[in-house]
Amino acid sequence: MSTEDQFGLEITELRLGLPGGGGGGGERKVKKRVFLDILGGGDEVDLCGNGGGKNRNMEVAVGWPPVCSYRKRTIIKMYVKVSMDGAPFLRKIDINGFKGYSDFVMALEKLFGLGDECEYIPIYEDNNGDWMLVGFVPWEMFTETCKRLRMKKKVLDGGLQTKNLMRKNEN
Amino acid sequence: MVYSLPEEVLEHVFSFITSDKDRNAVSLVCKSWYEIERWCRRKVFVGNCYAVSPGIMIRRFPELRAVELKGKPHFADFNLVPDGWGGYACSWIDEMSRAYPWLEEIRLKRMVVSDESLELISTAFKNFKVLVLSSCEGFSTDGLSAIASNCRNLKELDLRESEVMDLSGRWLSHFPDTFTSLESLNISCLGSEVSFSALERLVARSPNLKTLRLNRAVPLGKLSTLLHQAPQLVELGTGAYSSGIRSDVYTGLSKAFLGCKELKGLSGFWDADPSYLPALYSVCSRLTTLNLSYSTIRSPDITKVIGQCPNLQRLWVLDHIEDSGLNALALSCKNLQELRVFPSDLYAADVNVTLTEQGLVSVSQGCPKLQSVLYFCHQMSNSALITIAKNRPNLTCFRLCIIEPRTPDYLTHEPLDIGFGAIVKHCKNLNRLSLSGLLTDRVFEYIGTHAKKLEMLSIAFAGDSDLGLHHVLSGCESLKKLEIRDCPFGDTALLANVAKLATMRSLWMSSCAVSIGACKILSQKMPMLNVEVIDENGSLDSRLDSCLVEKLYVYRTVAGPRSDMPGYIWTMDRESANRI
Repeated sequence: MSTEDQFGLEITELRLGLPGGGGGGGERKVKKRVFLDILGGGDEVDLCGNGGGKNRNMEVAVGWPPVCSYRKRTIIKMYVKVSMDGAPFLRKIDINGFKGYSDFVMALEKLFGLGDECEYIPIYEDNNGDWMLVGFVPWEMFTETCKRLRMKKKVLDGGLQTKNLMRKNEN
Repeated sequence: MVYSLPEEVLEHVFSFITSDKDRNAVSLVCKSWYEIERWCRRKVFVGNCYAVSPGIMIRRFPELRAVELKGKPHFADFNLVPDGWGGYACSWIDEMSRAYPWLEEIRLKRMVVSDESLELISTAFKNFKVLVLSSCEGFSTDGLSAIASNCRNLKELDLRESEVMDLSGRWLSHFPDTFTSLESLNISCLGSEVSFSALERLVARSPNLKTLRLNRAVPLGKLSTLLHQAPQLVELGTGAYSSGIRSDVYTGLSKAFLGCKELKGLSGFWDADPSYLPALYSVCSRLTTLNLSYSTIRSPDITKVIGQCPNLQRLWVLDHIEDSGLNALALSCKNLQELRVFPSDLYAADVNVTLTEQGLVSVSQGCPKLQSVLYFCHQMSNSALITIAKNRPNLTCFRLCIIEPRTPDYLTHEPLDIGFGAIVKHCKNLNRLSLSGLLTDRVFEYIGTHAKKLEMLSIAFAGDSDLGLHHVLSGCESLKKLEIRDCPFGDTALLANVAKLATMRSLWMSSCAVSIGACKILSQKMPMLNVEVIDENGSLDSRLDSCLVEKLYVYRTVAGPRSDMPGYIWTMDRESANRI
């Protein structure tokens, strides 16, 4: 009996999407849950929904395309403008100076002198012109696609606020 | 009758044998040759730092002068290996500091190196000459200060692509005024500015300096000063290559390049301003290596430069070169051996750069010496691949990355099996291959059948079943390194080919279909392998054997299971999933 007989037609089960069911780094998972909660439900959120065409599918894969991190860090433009609702001034921040979302969000909050009771949610405009919640995509992809940032003030009805955000993207 | 030559004579003969493979062959001839050889071996390459322990290496080779080590798996470059995985150089450097007082050269790749280790290197080895840290991390500019201060005979300091904690640029000023032996310096990965006057004085007192790769912070306006001090340079990496509109900078630069009669390689070019490119035209005719892959200059400007470089052997460039630039390359550069085309925009919604498979086909047609290809693009066809294969049977390295996973032949919408099949069939000396696009098990059948000299294979988002993996493991006789991600390969193929794994350096599988149970069985059957499961979702003990593992790294070793693993890595051992 050749070894090939052992291979039936059954397709071995494979999980697609984020490798490891969420990728490395517990804190990244936590942030993602928080933002998904804000949007009003985890499972229904369609990660591939927001325009941008077919390339959205491959954005979910960590470490793809296989460009080494040194090259990624070196090529990308360094500084991104950050605005804050209600503030007359803009700031600039070097996204490449951070290793991940937790350092980055802390630095953002520090930049504007915001404390623990933060009334602002960081959102960003990506290369497709869509406004996204910070933390939604893998960190490396965020550094590549973020064009500018905005510290958006939370309103009392969090749901309405984010629904407006979604509607804005659809137009 | 047995004739034997005196030991001294044999030793003298062996001194002419420098390749590792030949040295290994010599040591296998007989016991006395083994003994003589091990005492006169001067350099060793350890492809996986966990395959052997420092103690074992030192016991066998007591008189080494040069050691090269590699740590993390290749996929660490793409953030697939979590932080804290390992690859610590510390224990190696500690033991070597005691065993090899006359060690001259240390080369490390993908390892974690501390400042303490750098300090130890700088003081323990009296005749230390060469330090190459390639894609390493864990050290700061303080460690570099120690190297600069203490290594009196240093010839080479190369930090290529390492992640350095950049505290300040002052470290460079620690090279003493009496230090004149520098031949090669690569600080291109450093962010902070070094003192320019210290740099200039260092260059001025280093008559043997052949390679100088600056970092981005060195302004273009100062480059000509350095070039005047070092007209003997063979390889130059510029800093930022723009300076506003400054005709004096341009003129100075032109003049300086004119004086560099030995220059063969150029790199750097960050933020390159195309108006400064003509300044280097005078060196173009001698150039054999050109790396423009950190510059965003566009096709017409790239084409103008390339048109001046008939002796080019190696070109690294962004996809801004487009098909038109590659057509020009094919016409001008008949000596081209290696081409790497990197993507300029990783997640572009619109493909605004006209680089297609045609560019690669042109180069394969026009450049008869082309051996090594790395090509990122958005579309490919079987017919293009077949043409490339037939044009260039002398290819030894073929790495194609079609940016969107599982992209089929854009003309026929078929998988790219027959295209890659043609590559392995025609290119009989292919030793490295990276696949992409839509691929079924069939491509692996072709690879297993034809790729007999293949040593390294990278697979992503490909295949239908275990049969694919089985073809590779059972057919590729020369396979040393296999790295796989996001493929439906699992237990059956792995367990049907356990013996194969002991003939390879390593196997990496992530987001595949391998179960914990299979890892345990593999480990039981093959005690000379370390079967390491990487899983950040918590302890394996609470899970069923049928659960799939996130990431698996298997490698042969004579050093037993390693003891420096973080909490999310388990070495499979005979009884159960134990963390040692």
